[in-house]
Amino acid sequence: MFCTGLLILEFGYREEEADVAVQSNVAGISKPQTTKGKSSLFRQSLRRLLKNKLAVSGFVVVIFMFALCFIGPLFSPYTDNKINMALMNKAPDMKHWLGTDALGRDILTRVMQAGRISLTVGLASMVLSVFIGALLGAIAGYYRGIADQIIMRIADLLLTVPSLPLLFIFGALLSEWKIPTDYRMYIVMLMLSIVSWPGMARMVRGQMLSLREREFMQAAVVLGLRDRRKLFNHLLPNIIPLLIVMATLNIGGAILSESVLSFFGLGVMPPTPTWGNMIDAANNMIDFKDRPWLWIPPGLSIFATVIAINIFGDGLRDVLDPKQKR
Amino acid sequence: MSAYLSKRLLYMVIILFAASLLIFCLYASTPGDFITGNIKLTAERKAELREIYGLNKPMLERYGIWMKNALHGDFGYSLAQQKPVLQLFNDYIWNSFLLAAVSTFLTWVIAVIIGVISAYKQYSWFDTLVMIAIFAAMSLPSFFIGLFLIKILAVDLKWLPPGGIITTGSNATGLAYFKEIVTHMTLPVVVMTLLGLGSLTRYFRSNMIDVLKQDYIRTARAKGLKERKVLFTHALRNALLPAITLVGFELPALFGGSLIIEKIFNWPGIGQLYMQSFGLRDYPLLMGFTMFIAILTVIGTLLSDVLYRIADPRVRL
Repeated sequence: MFCTGLLILEFGYREEEADVAVQSNVAGISKPQTTKGKSSLFRQSLRRLLKNKLAVSGFVVVIFMFALCFIGPLFSPYTDNKINMALMNKAPDMKHWLGTDALGRDILTRVMQAGRISLTVGLASMVLSVFIGALLGAIAGYYRGIADQIIMRIADLLLTVPSLPLLFIFGALLSEWKIPTDYRMYIVMLMLSIVSWPGMARMVRGQMLSLREREFMQAAVVLGLRDRRKLFNHLLPNIIPLLIVMATLNIGGAILSESVLSFFGLGVMPPTPTWGNMIDAANNMIDFKDRPWLWIPPGLSIFATVIAINIFGDGLRDVLDPKQKR
Repeated sequence: MSAYLSKRLLYMVIILFAASLLIFCLYASTPGDFITGNIKLTAERKAELREIYGLNKPMLERYGIWMKNALHGDFGYSLAQQKPVLQLFNDYIWNSFLLAAVSTFLTWVIAVIIGVISAYKQYSWFDTLVMIAIFAAMSLPSFFIGLFLIKILAVDLKWLPPGGIITTGSNATGLAYFKEIVTHMTLPVVVMTLLGLGSLTRYFRSNMIDVLKQDYIRTARAKGLKERKVLFTHALRNALLPAITLVGFELPALFGGSLIIEKIFNWPGIGQLYMQSFGLRDYPLLMGFTMFIAILTVIGTLLSDVLYRIADPRVRL
C-alpha cells in the first residue's frame, strides 16, 4: 500500500496528469482545487478514501488477517506441528481454541500458517498477472498492428477455453512431473496468472488505445520522444490507478481460485497447509459431520479475507477511477 | 452488419480450431490414461487396447483423427462408460440445465428487485446493507458455502436431503417424484442463486442509478406522473435494456453445468460427469466437455454483441 501510494504521489505532480486531476475533481465531491502546493492527487484520494467507512473497515480487516497469519504463529506454542496421538481430533477448548486435527496438530496455528501460503499465493499471482497483463496489453494497445494481433489472439484463445478445466489439467500435469510439494505453491501462482492475465491485458489495451490519441501524447510525438519514454513515462502512469484497482480485486479472485484447486487436491498439497486443502477434511464423512472445527475455520478465513479485499478494492475504485461504473 | 457477421463467424471458427488444438494437446500430455489406471489388465492386453483405441499413435495424428470425427459430429466414445460422448451429454445435460435454469431465473428476478429498490433508496441503510450483502455474495468460496449449508440444513437440521437428485432406492412416480426432485434441488439452487446474485444485483443497481439521473426521468416526474410509474415504466425499462448483453454470457453456465456445485451436491449433471471422468482420465469425454464449453462461450459472446446491436442501434458493429 505504501509503495503504491508513493507512485501516485509521484505522478500526481506530472504535468500531463493535470487534466486527470481536474477530472477526478469533477466526478468527486471536493471543491475545485488547484494542483499547486501540497494538495497532490494522492492526498485528495487518501482523504476521500478515508471518508468511505466501509472501505476503511475492509482495509482494517485485510491488515488484521495479514497480521494474524504472518505474526500470529510467533505467539503460538504449537508451531512445530508435532504429531501427537494423545491429542487427536480434540474439540475446541481453552488450550486449543479451535481444536486439533487427526494428527493432534493445533487448528488455529494451522489456519494461521495456511493463511501465510494462501495470502502469499494470492498476492504473488496478482503481481504476476498484473505485470504480464499490463505489459502485453500496453504493447498491444500502443504498437497495434502485428503485435496487437498476436497478443490479443492469444488472449482470446485463453478466454475461450474454460478456466476451471484448464486449471485442473495444469494441476494434474503438476502431479505427473513430480514437483516437490514445497515448489507446487510457486507453480500454482503461475497457473493462476496464466488464466487471469488475458482479462487484464484487454482492459489495459482499451485504455491505451484511447490514451494514445489524447493531446498530451500528440505533444510527446511532436517532441520526438522515444517509444520507451512515451510508453513508460507518459502512458503507463496514466493507467496506474486502473491497475491498482484491478490488482486489488484480482487478489480476492486468486485466493478463491487457489482454494478451489487445493480443495480438489490439484493445487497446493499437504503437508503445506492452505485454507483450501484444510477444507479437504470435509471430504471425510465423519470429519464433515462430527468435527466441523476442522474445516469451518479455514472456510470462514477465506470468506473474511476475500470480502474485506473486495470492499476495500471497491472503495479504491471509487476514489481512483471515478469514471468507471460501480 | 452481414459483412461484420461473416467476418466474425470466420474468426469464431479459427479461434475454436486453435482452442481445440490447445485442449487436445493439454489433455494428451496429462499423465496416464484410462487403460494405465486399470490394474486388472496384463501388459499385453494394455498394449492391445492402446492399439485399438489408437492411443499409441503420435499426438498430432490423434488430433487429426479426433478433429475429423468431431467435424462429422462424432466426439468419440467414452472409455469408462462405453457410450458415445454425445449420448452421455444428452443424458446428463438436462439435469444441469434444470438446476441452472431455475437458479438463473431466480437470480435475475431477485437481482432486479433488490437492485431497483437499492438504487431508488441510494445511501439509505437498506442500500448499505445490500452493498455489504453483494460483496458477501461475491466473496463466497462456492465449495465452502455448499458444504456449510449441507452441514447445517441437511445434516444437523435434516430439513433437506444432502445431495443427489432423488432419494437412493426410491421409485416414486408422478407428483411424489416431482416433489422429491424439488426438495433435492433446493439446496444447490439456493447456493447457485446466492453465488450469482452479487454481481448481477450490483449491475442492476448501478444501471438504475445512472438511469434515475437522466433528464427524461426528471421530465416524467415534472409531468406529475406517479412515482411508481416513473420508476417501473420509465426507469426500469431503460435500466433493463443493457442487461440484454448479459444473456449471451449466461449461455455456458446454462448448459455447461457447474463443476463445483454439482460435485458438492452429487447432482447427476454434466459438471459432475466431468469431475468423475477427470479422475478416470476418460479423455474423449473430457475433451468433448471442454470443447463444448468453449463453443458455448464463443456463441454466447457473439450473441451478446448482436443483441447489443439490436437493443441499441447507435452501436456500430
